[in-house]
Amino acid sequence: MDALTADDVLMFINAATTSTAQREFHGGADDQRLSLDFLHDYVIGNYRDLYAAALALDINDHNAALIVRKLLETAGDATAGQRRVEGALIARRLRALPPQRVYDLFGALRRAKVNNRRTRAIIREWVAGRPDPVFDAVKYRTGLKRALRHAHVAPGGELGPFLFTSGARRYDTPLLETWRRAHYEQASVYGLPYTVAEGFAAEHGIDRATFLKRIEPRMTRLERLRAQESARREKAEVVVDLGSMPLTRLASYVLALPVPDRVARRGELTGALRAAAVRAAGPDAGTWGRVAAVLDDSFSAFGSTRKRRRPLAVALACHYLLAELAGEYVPLWTSGRTDALLARPHGMTPLGERVLDALERSPDRLLIVSDGWDNAPYGLASEVLRVWRAKLDPDRRVVAVHLNPVYDAVDFDVKRLAPAVPTVGVRDAEDVPALVEFARFTEGTTGFAELRARFDGRVAKFLEEG
Amino acid sequence: MAAPEPARLDLTGLTTRPAQVWGGVRLVPLTRDEPITGLRLHARAYGDEPGVVELDRRTRYTSYIPHGFVATWSDDDTPVAAYGTQLAQDAAGGRPPARTVRLRTHRRMARRVERNRLRFLPLHLAVEGYLALHFGGPEVVWDEWSQRAVRRGLSPRVEEAYLGAEVAGLADALKHFEIHPGQCGVLVHVADAVAAAFVVPHPDDYRALHATLVQDLYGELVHHYATLAAPVPRFEVRLPDDVATVAELRAAATRQQAEWARFHDTTMADGLLGQTYAMSRVYRMGDYTLSRFLPAFRLKQENHIGELITDRNGRTAYLKTFRLSEAQVRRAHLLTTLAAHHWHLPTTATALGLTEPQLGLRLDSAGFGALLREDVLARYRAG
Repeated sequence: MDALTADDVLMFINAATTSTAQREFHGGADDQRLSLDFLHDYVIGNYRDLYAAALALDINDHNAALIVRKLLETAGDATAGQRRVEGALIARRLRALPPQRVYDLFGALRRAKVNNRRTRAIIREWVAGRPDPVFDAVKYRTGLKRALRHAHVAPGGELGPFLFTSGARRYDTPLLETWRRAHYEQASVYGLPYTVAEGFAAEHGIDRATFLKRIEPRMTRLERLRAQESARREKAEVVVDLGSMPLTRLASYVLALPVPDRVARRGELTGALRAAAVRAAGPDAGTWGRVAAVLDDSFSAFGSTRKRRRPLAVALACHYLLAELAGEYVPLWTSGRTDALLARPHGMTPLGERVLDALERSPDRLLIVSDGWDNAPYGLASEVLRVWRAKLDPDRRVVAVHLNPVYDAVDFDVKRLAPAVPTVGVRDAEDVPALVEFARFTEGTTGFAELRARFDGRVAKFLEEG
Repeated sequence: MAAPEPARLDLTGLTTRPAQVWGGVRLVPLTRDEPITGLRLHARAYGDEPGVVELDRRTRYTSYIPHGFVATWSDDDTPVAAYGTQLAQDAAGGRPPARTVRLRTHRRMARRVERNRLRFLPLHLAVEGYLALHFGGPEVVWDEWSQRAVRRGLSPRVEEAYLGAEVAGLADALKHFEIHPGQCGVLVHVADAVAAAFVVPHPDDYRALHATLVQDLYGELVHHYATLAAPVPRFEVRLPDDVATVAELRAAATRQQAEWARFHDTTMADGLLGQTYAMSRVYRMGDYTLSRFLPAFRLKQENHIGELITDRNGRTAYLKTFRLSEAQVRRAHLLTTLAAHHWHLPTTATALGLTEPQLGLRLDSAGFGALLREDVLARYRAG
């Protein structure tokens, strides 16, 4: 029974880490959404405690929001003790989520007609905890308005008239006044948050290059990264500090650049990736000994048009991170390429051959970053790993882990390579050290009690931090 | 056109790689260690993309234009389809193929065809060859043949086929297929029956043409198999347990790969590669010969028709095949046997082990009833 529970929960954690209910290379968005929804219902029905505890783990924002929604929808099923823990976990997780996701979540709760006392209290508390309510009111106007209305909260100050009344009136709050003036005065547009200003710019017919130049100081870090290439086409400079970007995000950005650009900016890009990897590795840098990594850059690493090159970005980020973690590092791309910066999704997946290449170097650790669709030929990687574990490394001297960035909707889990090698879902390369440590649970050698203890530890730490 | 000569398909230089499976469709990639550079897809196929076909001003290469290949040859933006697969000698790559058809689309259905967008019409030279089989009708005017058969032969002769997009699962299989570097061809198996073979001289050509397989045509049999097929097995690798080193493990893996290639070429694709075909040369240009081929029309067995470009040594540079359905094989078999016996019904019937009325009825059910005189047919029916 315990083993079964552990299996189910680990499967759920893998799904919640990787799936975003968007289209993947091998499956449509509907498959993903249905499959994920079923898994959530199954886990909340059978293991409510562990389901809530997942909020404390490194799952992705989409699943965190889904868990919160499902917990609030079924608030009546929880015991008093469960409610207390759930309330704390939800409040803590919502504070960590990006605000637009939280407003979306409140919208989903409104549409699902979930309006119990707990839900209202949670919305009230979260809104009260926002650092700058006026900024939220301008940037997320509709979201905030609907959330307040849903939770029966009266906003303070000038926000009430701003959100709920129509007609022109002057405001004493500077940002609200800027917003009012932006309706007819172009200069005021540049005092607003970027997303709001964009709408006004379109209304005023402001030329894109001029707009980008003047709004630049108001852009957030990610908006800068996103707008950078389009700004370059418009010949407007948007300064972005690549040095401060998270590793996986940076890898995605690099992969979106055309190859000639990557060659021309090689020094800058490599420097930024290395710096991000050093930050992600932290004190673990150089402690992993001899590391061999099999990295998948086959055609399926393209992902889908919804998640462009996501699997490849994870592999590229892992490449730079592992280079920092390892004492001695051997990267093995499936295509056989040696220049990681120029990676592109292309060709078949001879995972088995690359695993053999890796084993020949007799590493201390073997990491495989792949979506698990080993097709040249099918099942070679699985067989190689099986025979190797059984005959050539029976004492498990080598730590082997398969990191899979893609959720397989049919199996309700990430695709596994071999029973002998643990597979864990990965969202961001930054989590890899934690995931590799976590992977031993999926080998079936550690018991449920230990897993439970780990969950409790993570929950306690998570609640303490916030 | 030269007289047909019996020959086999020679796939020397092409290596069979591990198959990729999607539902009931198995795609077997074929790679070349050394791509053929003397024969390339007509440069216009690559549109305005520079650098795909690297041209050396001094060397002349032969280009081929597959049948139904739609491109804008002139500057007036009208799409034109090549009629019949053709070979061309040019270095600039700008000249249109010799024989073309303008595409006329109904106004309401007319969609903007992207400039230089590559596309195939569901037709090809080989099918024409099959349709024209003994098209002239009886060569000796025996009593039983109708006036119409004598005057007009088999005209009009019609056969039906399905567009690749209608073959269940094929589009998805092609979409999820991961093209090998160096891949110059593919064998399409539907429900583990060879549905089509497609070979080109160069990997770049293959990349340009891969998606057009879904606009190609497939026989009724293939369509049925695809509709009714359960997912096919994957032939996963099995390695022996008695290994002592990683090198031994690698050797075992290599053996498995070779084993698969041998099994595929001699067993799975035997119906295509193991047979002899009647090759008729269409024309020759430079080192290359364009031919079409017909099978021996063996009943209840695999029969493929196709077109082929070979080099001086008879090695395949370009190949496209079409698998005939059972009914099509039967019709062709009947016609070939009749022609072999100079359209004489009694001797043909003996050769087929039938009585004359049985043969007459069989001709009727095969759709050739109009060839027989009506009173003769009535007599056969009366038994």
